[in-house]
Amino acid sequence: MISLNILEISYLIASLTFILGLKMLSHPDSARKGNLLAAAGMGIAVLATLVLYQDFDAGKGLNYGLIFLGLVIGTIIGTIMAKKVQMTAMPQMVSFFNGMGGACAALIAIIEFQHHQHAEITGFDGELLVMLLGLLIGSVSFSGSMIAYGKLEGKIKDKVLPMNQAVNMLLLLTVTGLIAYQMFAGSDPVLFYVLLGVALIYGILFVMPIGGADMPVVISLLNSFTGIAAAFGGFLYDNKAMLTGGILVGSAGTILTILMCKAMNRSLTNVLLGAFGGSTATSSKSGDSDQTVREISISDTAVLLSYSQSVVIVPGYGLAVAQAQHICHELEKLLEEKGVEVNYAIHPVAGRMPGHMNVLLAEADVPYERMQEMEEINPKLANTDVVVVIGANDVVNPAAKNDPASPIYGMPILEVDQAKNVIIMKRGMSSGYAGIENELFFYPKTRMLFGDAKDSLQKLASEVKDV
Amino acid sequence: MEAILNYIGTNMEMVYFLILAILLGVEVISNVPAILHTPLMSGANAIHGVVVVGAIIVMLQASPDNYLALVVGFLAVIVGTLNVIGGFVVTDRMLEMFKKKPKKS
Repeated sequence: MISLNILEISYLIASLTFILGLKMLSHPDSARKGNLLAAAGMGIAVLATLVLYQDFDAGKGLNYGLIFLGLVIGTIIGTIMAKKVQMTAMPQMVSFFNGMGGACAALIAIIEFQHHQHAEITGFDGELLVMLLGLLIGSVSFSGSMIAYGKLEGKIKDKVLPMNQAVNMLLLLTVTGLIAYQMFAGSDPVLFYVLLGVALIYGILFVMPIGGADMPVVISLLNSFTGIAAAFGGFLYDNKAMLTGGILVGSAGTILTILMCKAMNRSLTNVLLGAFGGSTATSSKSGDSDQTVREISISDTAVLLSYSQSVVIVPGYGLAVAQAQHICHELEKLLEEKGVEVNYAIHPVAGRMPGHMNVLLAEADVPYERMQEMEEINPKLANTDVVVVIGANDVVNPAAKNDPASPIYGMPILEVDQAKNVIIMKRGMSSGYAGIENELFFYPKTRMLFGDAKDSLQKLASEVKDV
Repeated sequence: MEAILNYIGTNMEMVYFLILAILLGVEVISNVPAILHTPLMSGANAIHGVVVVGAIIVMLQASPDNYLALVVGFLAVIVGTLNVIGGFVVTDRMLEMFKKKPKKS
């Protein structure tokens, strides 16, 4: 009995560390400690379960052996993967680990279902409902996260299947039917595995049509799904640590997802249903296509930058994809040596995930003070000599301010059109993620520098050295 | 319908717990700067790895001759541990980068 109480108290401590850890994670100064605190709490919960969870059956040596083996294998693989991954590949890594959590929840539901088969239950079977929902959400989270991982790794291409939305609705109705039927007619092993299969397919088709730039929102959403699946596991075992951890992540993850959407001035349904693709043609600015863009050479850019007083770099998705953050910092240092003041303007949704660009630049040793947020830098842009936009597009599109017909109208942008000169580094004239023209490219003060971001920056850095 | 109400009635404590935890989750992170979105998501990702505790309980309850349960449970322990360890290590790596570095001349 004493050990049982200690076990419960350990779960209480673990729950507290999760709450405090999450709280501390939302402030820059305490974030790292918060993460370690939650990790320590997790350690306590796992250890206490191993040592104190009593189930008086003889001969559990094999079980303990397997548990330890599993923990060791998971720890080794997890550590290696997490240590080796490139900073630019962080989002897909998070997605991968998230999928593992979802798989864990689904596997638990499968085993519990086997036990449940032998139980006699009359009336409303809450336990069965929890199992079915745990299986459903866990599997969707697993297959969805794996697709998101594959997409960000570039292994899976964006693909919209014919009638994708209709098929998804059909699958959703099917799973609802499968669960409702078993709730009324009692559990059925065949239907249980059909549910597993349909849930896995749904997860795949749910993520498949969503574009790469929206993947962060999807990962965040799947993250909260896994939290909910973990909470269902907590219901099954009446385990408070699993409940707190799961529900907390479920609700916090949902809020985070909404915050990310807000930063892009889009609704969650808009992201999930991908309404952007269809509405391209309605943009009002497509009529006057006789405008031309002016190109600039690498050496002219080098001269312009070297003789400026202040330069602001706007890094975007393209910089992250080209992994050009190190060479970008290189250029910044060279310009600093020439007495040019260089700052970075970070849009809230720059990069592959909100906050991802800060992580990337920090990895390249860019000082924290140089990364300025949108509200901070916008008033200073009018006094900036040159703005260099690297692989960003929609976040600097003036249409968000001037053109009420534009799909991105109302989105907060970096007002780089206020600066004296604008240089856009881009692969080609293709439009940004939103699929709309950017009138900024046609402004008299704008010059285009076409090419791969990393390649161009390298050439630019060596030119600046020679100026 | 009555059965469902009965079920909720007997689990009222749980319902309270659920609602309070949801509100707590919303409250805890409602004021987070954009630069921390990614680390926060990653940290939350590690926390839901607590599901591994469930996997361990499954294993402890399984009888040693129930091979299906042992194999599936073993897999569950591995993937759950991956979620926990990978999640916390990745988050720590991200946050490590935010620490202030000595200024270069």
